[in-house]
Amino acid sequence: MTASPSTPPPDDGLSRAELAAKYGLTVSGARPGLFEYVRQLWGRRHFILAFSQAKLTAQYSQAKLGQLWQVATPLLNALVYFLIFGLILEADRGFEREVYIPFLVTGVFVFTFTQSSVMAGVRAISGNLGLVRALHFPRASLPVSFSLQQLQQLLFSMIVLFLITIGFGSYPRLSWLLIVPVLVLQFLFNTGLAMIMARLGSKTPDLAQLMPFVMRTWMYASGVMFSIPVMLEDHPDWIADILQWNPAAIYMDLMRFALIDGYGSENLPPHVWAVAGGWAVLLAVGGFVYFWKAEERYGRG
Amino acid sequence: MADEKTPDLDKGGDASKAHIPTVIADELHIVYRVNGAKTGKGSATSALSRILRRGEERGVRKVHAVRGVSFTAYRGEAIGLIGSNGSGKSTLLRAIAGLLPAEKGKVYTDGQPSLLGVNAALMNDLTGERNVILGGLAMGMSREQVKARYQEIVDFSGINEKGDFITLPMRTYSSGMAARLRFSIAAAKDHDVLMIDEALATGDRKFQKRSEARIRELRKEAGTVFLVSHNNKSIRDTCDRVLWLERGELRMDGPTDEVIKEYEKFTGK
Repeated sequence: MTASPSTPPPDDGLSRAELAAKYGLTVSGARPGLFEYVRQLWGRRHFILAFSQAKLTAQYSQAKLGQLWQVATPLLNALVYFLIFGLILEADRGFEREVYIPFLVTGVFVFTFTQSSVMAGVRAISGNLGLVRALHFPRASLPVSFSLQQLQQLLFSMIVLFLITIGFGSYPRLSWLLIVPVLVLQFLFNTGLAMIMARLGSKTPDLAQLMPFVMRTWMYASGVMFSIPVMLEDHPDWIADILQWNPAAIYMDLMRFALIDGYGSENLPPHVWAVAGGWAVLLAVGGFVYFWKAEERYGRG
Repeated sequence: MADEKTPDLDKGGDASKAHIPTVIADELHIVYRVNGAKTGKGSATSALSRILRRGEERGVRKVHAVRGVSFTAYRGEAIGLIGSNGSGKSTLLRAIAGLLPAEKGKVYTDGQPSLLGVNAALMNDLTGERNVILGGLAMGMSREQVKARYQEIVDFSGINEKGDFITLPMRTYSSGMAARLRFSIAAAKDHDVLMIDEALATGDRKFQKRSEARIRELRKEAGTVFLVSHNNKSIRDTCDRVLWLERGELRMDGPTDEVIKEYEKFTGK
């Protein structure tokens, strides 16, 4: 620098870095440690919840029927799938009608939960650059908030699901309580996945164009509208095994097992709860650490 | 190039607080990377050839927005940032806030500097009421703090002066009303280092006066205030030191009157 800074004598001759150290200044925008990050994220829990609810409400605020669409949309969705797969394609091989309809609708809703969490995750950072560049908060708040929004959306869908299930003769019983752990595990899984997608999507926004195809492939491979073991009877066992162990299929099957009378444990792969828990923990922890590793780089470019 | 002087006058804070640095920028460089802006033609074939031609970041255009800026800001200072459009003022503020990563060099800060602005967190489809809560939470206030400040924010914005507008969606507000509410939310929090980006230009005359008063108040509570504005008068009214940026470089740094005089000469005013 050309002119000498007119700081008081004791600070003279100190470089900027030394001056910063002397007064305890810290580097702006540095990534906090993992535990500090978790603490910061917990401190923002009210924002995360408020943001997810705001997004959910804003979705239908211009519609005349308003929040009624929260329930009407999943209902229409279920109707479409029933029309195509239940009536026209007759994909209900191996099921009675009273089982197939709730089976199909459960599958659609549970898979949609994962699907929309992934899609929202891809855009969590890249679609909210304004927010990321204007305000300070742990960036993981965004993917977590979007998954939470999808969870609330699913809870609305569950109302429809309960009505359909009861309508086809599966009445509330003790096993319905299993819905809670299934939802918790799937939420953890989805959030982890959303965080991974958020980091990838922040670097490569093109993923938002690609993901619908990936998700559709995943949906058809997970047995949303058919029973994997029955459909793949004439194929080698390992194909069906792999498809059944995939997390989407696991959470769908567990939810069907909990809700539907005629869908017993014989339809579940062995060690199903361990697998469900394993996927949830693996993705939640792995996804969180993966996301945190790039914390200081979100919002660049 | 940079004519660096630290002002010996301290209009705002008391003398005992002076010369404790709160923000130090050390040879700061900020580079933006823009995808797919290399060739003028945004056609699919050129995009494809960009992907195929591997190499060091082909197809990514770099914008060097801040080039080697250094300065030290002290407690109790109000610093104005001036310069023509695109000179890197807002970018510099974001870098100080730690929102944009530095390409080279470092910014050291005391505590967490905050940018005055919550626009991005607000949603037009929600009522003003919910936006006040959402904006407060987004700035890092606790639920209790937001509740305690709620009435103050609404009163300050003056949204309810002409009827019960706070319960209507924000998309129904006039642009002036929306800007007032945004400023009121943003100004509700106390900050260590506060940065304001052209916030003063919003609202009618009455509201402008109110917000200038609020900024002076914030400045008393905050350690250091940075203000970006194209309005030389509002810089004169609020700042005692000015940084003049031009093409990403620090052209001048000194007491308000000197720098603004030079700047006015430069812009031919």
